[in-house]
Amino acid sequence: MTTHTTSTAPPGHRRKPVKTTAGKAGAGKAKAAGSRRTPGSYAVLAAVAVFVLAFLAPFIVILLNSFKTSADFRTNGSLSLPAEWNWSIIAEVWDRVGFSQKLFNSIQISLGVVLIAVLLALFNAYAIGIGRVRWRTPFLIFFLGVNVLPQEGLVYPIYYLFKEMGLYDGKLGYTILVGITYSAFGTYLLSSVFAGFPRELIEAAAMDGAGRWTILWRIVLPMSWPTLSVMCVFFFVWSWNEFLYPLVLLISNDNQTVPLGLSVMQGQYTSDPTAMSAAALLGIVPMVVFFLIFQRSLTRGMTAGAVK
Amino acid sequence: MKTTRHPRPTGYGAFLAPGLLLSLLFLVVPLVMTFYYSLTQWQGVGEPTWIGFDNYTRLFSDADFWASFRNIAFVIVGIAVVPTLLGLFLAALLFDYIGKKHGDGFVSLFRSGLYLPQVIPVAVTGLMWGWILAPEGAVNSVLETIGLDSLAQNWLGDPGLALWMVLAVLVWMQLGYPLVLFLSGLQRIDPELYEAASLDGATWWQRFTRITVPILRPEVYVVLVTTTIAGLKVFAQIFVLTGGGPGNSTLVPAYFAYQNFFERADVGYGSAISSTITLLVLIIAGTMLTRQAREDG
Repeated sequence: MTTHTTSTAPPGHRRKPVKTTAGKAGAGKAKAAGSRRTPGSYAVLAAVAVFVLAFLAPFIVILLNSFKTSADFRTNGSLSLPAEWNWSIIAEVWDRVGFSQKLFNSIQISLGVVLIAVLLALFNAYAIGIGRVRWRTPFLIFFLGVNVLPQEGLVYPIYYLFKEMGLYDGKLGYTILVGITYSAFGTYLLSSVFAGFPRELIEAAAMDGAGRWTILWRIVLPMSWPTLSVMCVFFFVWSWNEFLYPLVLLISNDNQTVPLGLSVMQGQYTSDPTAMSAAALLGIVPMVVFFLIFQRSLTRGMTAGAVK
Repeated sequence: MKTTRHPRPTGYGAFLAPGLLLSLLFLVVPLVMTFYYSLTQWQGVGEPTWIGFDNYTRLFSDADFWASFRNIAFVIVGIAVVPTLLGLFLAALLFDYIGKKHGDGFVSLFRSGLYLPQVIPVAVTGLMWGWILAPEGAVNSVLETIGLDSLAQNWLGDPGLALWMVLAVLVWMQLGYPLVLFLSGLQRIDPELYEAASLDGATWWQRFTRITVPILRPEVYVVLVTTTIAGLKVFAQIFVLTGGGPGNSTLVPAYFAYQNFFERADVGYGSAISSTITLLVLIIAGTMLTRQAREDG
């Protein structure tokens, strides 16, 4: 999400996952007056359902029109079912934007970003949250500060320096840059999780002769895996959806990511209306699949960092 | 916090070194360079010429700059205010009504549906809406089908309409974030509190204003601050949907800076714009943090 609405508030302890207790309240012994279903309540339910469907209508429209020929679109408009479900438009757009390459680039970059960001954040937070290094509060404020920096305030010097260093239009430099950017958020999130880490465990391990390195990998890492896995999911999505940095730093076809590769379809609309729709569909599908797989982490993770 | 009994464990600094160094190198150095550029006239090649604060004085008399800030005010309404209000209402409706009467299955189904736009790449969202709102796009085609041809518009090409369309798209994209956060915040509420209130004859609206909203105050605060910061950074939506146009009717500072960097080769001026945004963002974030630190005592 380019509008990463990551929070800067300290997370404190994690609350219960989103499963609610409200259902239990309804199923319990005394079906309280509030939980009785009435015609009115069905009407509200239907109204909300209609609202959600209307909200999702853009996706439905895209789905309908990605399988139409231009002629079919011009005669029957955008709301009709395709006269026949025609995969050729999607296949053509796939080829035109080199979608296989873009998918590969996006996956490669996002995995690299996740690895760099999580490792750096783990080290930083280990020093701050568990090692309690001197000046840890200023360090934490520093990471919080760089976490909110707008990319447009950094992008030109980065562009310039990358050109000087030969990192321009290369996946390596870009991946490192984005990884470092996210590590600031990860540091801040993990530090507060580590601050509540049971000290006895670490002291006991140290007593048994475990060094700092061993403690990190054998004790801290396994125990913080729930938070780490949520971070991985988030960093992957954020990195996938980045726009300004890849727009400036990854210009060649061989390096472009999925959103960038597809956005060049903009402006080719008039010649080929359903191709535009197909391009949007290609951009939507990977993240919808990802969303369906990691839905729980996504909704839970967002709340983890937000409020005490 | 300091314990005098145990000596402070030492040697952890080595773990902090790589992350700190890389952040300094990749984030702080460019930040300082941007600020330096903002005090120069520079086309991106050759040596920058020092001109002091001239770029900033130029900003103040630049109609495009003021237009971009006016538009940012609208963007913040679309990205922060409206989704928060709508999210509060929907969260309460789902939690306190649908969930109780028809079960959690519906709640999570609706929540997922409304959250979905949040995971789609912004550029793709822009592509999709650009297509839907185009002169021959889906919206106009629907209007024609139902016989309202006269309402058909060039939605993104009309200076009076484009900003409103951008706002609508922003609300659509953003709604899921406060909704999920609020629904999760509502888990803190003891269900019996609601039940007791209803037994005492409190209406849904009274429960909403007296219980739900006060309890969600921390979430509302977080959502408003984080989305306001996100609003100041809005770029991709504008880049893909309107390119800041028509005229400067949807221009935002981030896009304005981008134009000066990469289209007009006026790096000094672009840097002054982006330094201004950076400063604003840091002020907002700093205010939020100190306020929160004070509340936490």
